[in-house]
Amino acid sequence: MRRAVLRVFWSTWARAPLQLFTLVAGLAMATALWSGVQAINAQARASYDAAARTLGEGQFYQIVRADGTGISRETYVALRRAGWLVSPVAEGRIEGVRIVGLDPLTAPGGLGPVHLGGGDIGAFLTGKGQVFAGPEALAALQGHVDAALVPSADVAPGTAVTDIGVALRLLGPSGRITRLIVAPVQPLGQVPLAKVAPGLVLRPPQAESDLARLTDSFHLNLTAFGLLAFAVGIFIVHGAIGLAFEQRRPLLRTLRALGLPLGTALWLIAAEMAALALAAGALGVVLGYVIAAALLPDVAATLRGLYGADVPGSLHLQATWWLSSLAIALGGAALAGGGGLWRLARMPLLASAQPRAWAMAAGRGRVLQAGAALLLLAAAAVLAQVANSILTGFALLGALLIGAALALPPVLAGLLALGQRAARGPVAQWFWADTRQQLPGLSLALMALLLAMAANVGVSTMVSSFRLTFLGFLDQRLASELYVTADTPDQAAALQAWLAPRVQAVLPIQSARVTLAGQPTDVYGARDHETYRQNWRFLASAPGAWDAVAAGTAVLVNEQLARRAHLAVGQEVTVAGRTFRIVGIYGDYGNPIGQAIVTEGVFHTLFPAVVAQRFGLRLPSTDVPAVSRALQDDFGLPAANIIDQAGIKAFSLGVFDRTFTVTGALNVLTLAVAGFAMLMSLLTLAGQRVPQLAPLWALGLTRARLGALELARAVMLAALVAVLALPLGLVLAWALLAVVNVAAFGWRLPMYMFPWDYARLGLFALGAAVLAAAWPAQKLGRTPPTDLLKVFSGER
Amino acid sequence: MKGKSGILSNVLTIGFITISANLATAQGFAGLGTSADGFALPQPGHTFSFPDDYGTHPDFRIEWWYVTANLIGPDGTPYGVQWTLFRSALTPRQTDGWDSPQLWMGHAAITTPDHQFVTERLARGGIGQAGVTASPFAAWIDDWHLSGGMDAPEMAASGPDFAYNLHLQATGPLVLQGDHGYSVKSSENRSSYYYSQPFYTISGKLTLPSGDVPVTGSAWLDREWSSQPLSADQTGWDWFALNFDDGAKLMAYRLRNKNGSTFGTATWISEDGTTTLLHGPDFTATPLESHAVAGHHVPVHWRLQVPRFGVDVTIAAINPDAWMPTSVPYWEGPVTIEGSHAGHGYLEMTGHD
Repeated sequence: MRRAVLRVFWSTWARAPLQLFTLVAGLAMATALWSGVQAINAQARASYDAAARTLGEGQFYQIVRADGTGISRETYVALRRAGWLVSPVAEGRIEGVRIVGLDPLTAPGGLGPVHLGGGDIGAFLTGKGQVFAGPEALAALQGHVDAALVPSADVAPGTAVTDIGVALRLLGPSGRITRLIVAPVQPLGQVPLAKVAPGLVLRPPQAESDLARLTDSFHLNLTAFGLLAFAVGIFIVHGAIGLAFEQRRPLLRTLRALGLPLGTALWLIAAEMAALALAAGALGVVLGYVIAAALLPDVAATLRGLYGADVPGSLHLQATWWLSSLAIALGGAALAGGGGLWRLARMPLLASAQPRAWAMAAGRGRVLQAGAALLLLAAAAVLAQVANSILTGFALLGALLIGAALALPPVLAGLLALGQRAARGPVAQWFWADTRQQLPGLSLALMALLLAMAANVGVSTMVSSFRLTFLGFLDQRLASELYVTADTPDQAAALQAWLAPRVQAVLPIQSARVTLAGQPTDVYGARDHETYRQNWRFLASAPGAWDAVAAGTAVLVNEQLARRAHLAVGQEVTVAGRTFRIVGIYGDYGNPIGQAIVTEGVFHTLFPAVVAQRFGLRLPSTDVPAVSRALQDDFGLPAANIIDQAGIKAFSLGVFDRTFTVTGALNVLTLAVAGFAMLMSLLTLAGQRVPQLAPLWALGLTRARLGALELARAVMLAALVAVLALPLGLVLAWALLAVVNVAAFGWRLPMYMFPWDYARLGLFALGAAVLAAAWPAQKLGRTPPTDLLKVFSGER
Repeated sequence: MKGKSGILSNVLTIGFITISANLATAQGFAGLGTSADGFALPQPGHTFSFPDDYGTHPDFRIEWWYVTANLIGPDGTPYGVQWTLFRSALTPRQTDGWDSPQLWMGHAAITTPDHQFVTERLARGGIGQAGVTASPFAAWIDDWHLSGGMDAPEMAASGPDFAYNLHLQATGPLVLQGDHGYSVKSSENRSSYYYSQPFYTISGKLTLPSGDVPVTGSAWLDREWSSQPLSADQTGWDWFALNFDDGAKLMAYRLRNKNGSTFGTATWISEDGTTTLLHGPDFTATPLESHAVAGHHVPVHWRLQVPRFGVDVTIAAINPDAWMPTSVPYWEGPVTIEGSHAGHGYLEMTGHD
């Protein structure tokens, strides 16, 4: 019997293929966007993990030099001979690839590609050595290193792992031991670190790397996008399933009259839904993979450019990823179908179907809905004041978006009522009245459109604001025309002497890592120079800030440090045992930790061991090519040690453009899903509206005119939604910039408006509405007169 | 076993081949038995030259400085101590810097009647982290050292849960093993250079989780170097260093073949250091009792006979669980001697399944 009942159910889909398509396509699209975004995130996270594993940063204590310079071989051996089980790591770059040299004999268990339990350690250690890396890094190194290139999937992208001896040989004079990995178990009788190597400090394992914290914000944005797209998709599915259930009521009545128990019927419907959800989910997973594969190269490029985080440009399928996607498809279908199933369970045995009434039912409980909307918007308003974590930030976004979506139908109803009052003439009056009448059936689709548009406005505002701010910040920070790095302190001294007669100013860049007000902070020693006074902008400052800094009594701190340690201008802080007054707080975008600036003289007193090896050079921009060439040819500085400001800016712009590609693609996809929702709602309504249009036709309105009016209605509704979506999107952008960003990064981005972008987006939305309404309107316009006449023949 | 043999063959490829407990699974001694790959080979009739031969012989593939000691605490508790430095060369060359092909491995252990403390260190040559100098004699890896001259070295090592600081004092001459230091390891004439200093007295301090223990006793240094010590069908060995209470000493080893036969030889060392090489019927060692430790069955109870010197003794491990769970695992621990002669000594056993 069950099989027979299932066959009967299936026949209802066969009679309404459009509904089946709506259901499957909606669910598949929702799953696709969600799972595509998840795939990208999972891929990125997996590669950060791989990086942390390769380098041991997340697992082990590290020993580094306090001033960030290299550790000598003698110091390493002295530590070993004092009972410190440490393993040296040499790092540097060749052709943009991060070269990591490990010592397989002392590296803690499992670190690196070769150790005393796996791999050919002889080949690793002898001859020209071996370099393990992923295919992209190997391709970049091809022809630039003489060691054997060994493909390895375990090495993080953009990284190559080799023996420390090989690494130091390949890197040449710039190669050095950058840190020592400390084995988790140490022997008895160790000599204290400070006694063996005074300049070295022990750094705890970074369970959550700086990189992960930085990129989390980016991934959160992607996740929010995915979730939003899924929500839009669920709106569609909810509509489709609800309508299907409603149309099944006569069928179910007949089946139950024939003796089918209610429990069995419900169970079979649930099974049918689950099967459909799984099929749609599987389709969604495939689509999601396609989306992720298409977007990943851009995401990878964005992350690499913005944060220096390397993610491979190709996708690996992970079981957890597609399983969770199927689970969310099932969950979504349950969410959308649960209500319908519950109504079926409580339906009186002989009740007849009321598809039209069902479609209108969304309009009932309008008061309840308006109340819920007000409550959510009020909660959002409160959260906007108090939210201070990523979680509360997202709660704010959720309350805001859902509240606004629920508020949409009552607001639209009010606007339409106003329109109706202003309308003159019977056709216009009918148009407004009929639109109001249709509103409940369209509300879900319109809510989806509202969310999609608001998300578009919000995210593009955020990304564009970020871009503007960051570029302005680069202009301020990268005031020097050229940046050069010396490999050794001796070379640094020679470099300064060589540069002095050739440029207007040499500004040393020197820093030391300290703990300031409980926060890890890089203290910089800045030379008193016009460059800083002219270019730096403060978020808050005391008068004569640079003079006070130059006098050696004051310090400048970055916004992150000020926010985290609750510091303000005028307060005092202790830096390396000496007290300074804070005279300025500056924006410091893209930096995960605190930063403070003291004047150069004070810096040398506090950190006598630090020797500046990086310098900013001021010179007329026309001289840049000549000085750059002379630095290489005459002084012998490697090209990699010279960076010109224009190059950095061009690189940053490139990064942002790729970020735009990703956001742009997601924007279009979300909007497409919303357009699809509208199309399906209009198609559904079109089939049910013939009885309402027949009298108008009978009164003399042509079918073409009726079709045109249908189209106009869709465009008008879309325009109204677009107008409402703009403020919502701006509030969303504000929440992202001022709440979520502060929680994630520790700084607040100023918000800029982009009216042309919004206008273009509005046009897109109208276009989507026209596309969505065109087919249903044309269908109406071509309704055979016999169908229209039939309406009257049915009347008694 | 299959998975383990992969790991082992890699370890063996490095050349730390002296002490494999799984030789049956690797092909002989990692195929090293068949070719010396440009390394020098021991020759009979070689004359040792001291102090140079205290130091390294980089022309040879493998080499070790191996100290074992039997100690007694104030309450009469017997202890065993091991300090070992292995050198293994990937190629026969000595260079300074990171690219040195010389690799070093250290093993240190304290055996108590009911506990075995073990730790291992690895190092690359060429950078000073580990090495040996002949004059003044010093051998070291990390913070471990055996240094201060061959006659009276200090010996120290540390692990996560133990450490020791001991002073050795030679009371007799160096002893050349085998034929004037040329020690044959198989009937196919595989061999090594091998000399010992069995006449050390030793005293100092053990640091154990329960606290420091002052100890005294006797120690035995073995120096051996070679390039292809065993043949492909040899699966492991049992090695004895015994001190009899009457002042005589015995070094004996027994190499086991795949077919069940053994190749044994021994050196009788009289109180004044004169040696007698013992072959075949002159020396027999018979396992009496096997003990399961770390998944291996190891004979920790032996009968040893040297009829020429009236020796018929049983040898028993002080701690049958003296397993060395190092990257190449084996059994090594102090033993007591009973029977025609009494005494104490050390036993090392490799390659038991």
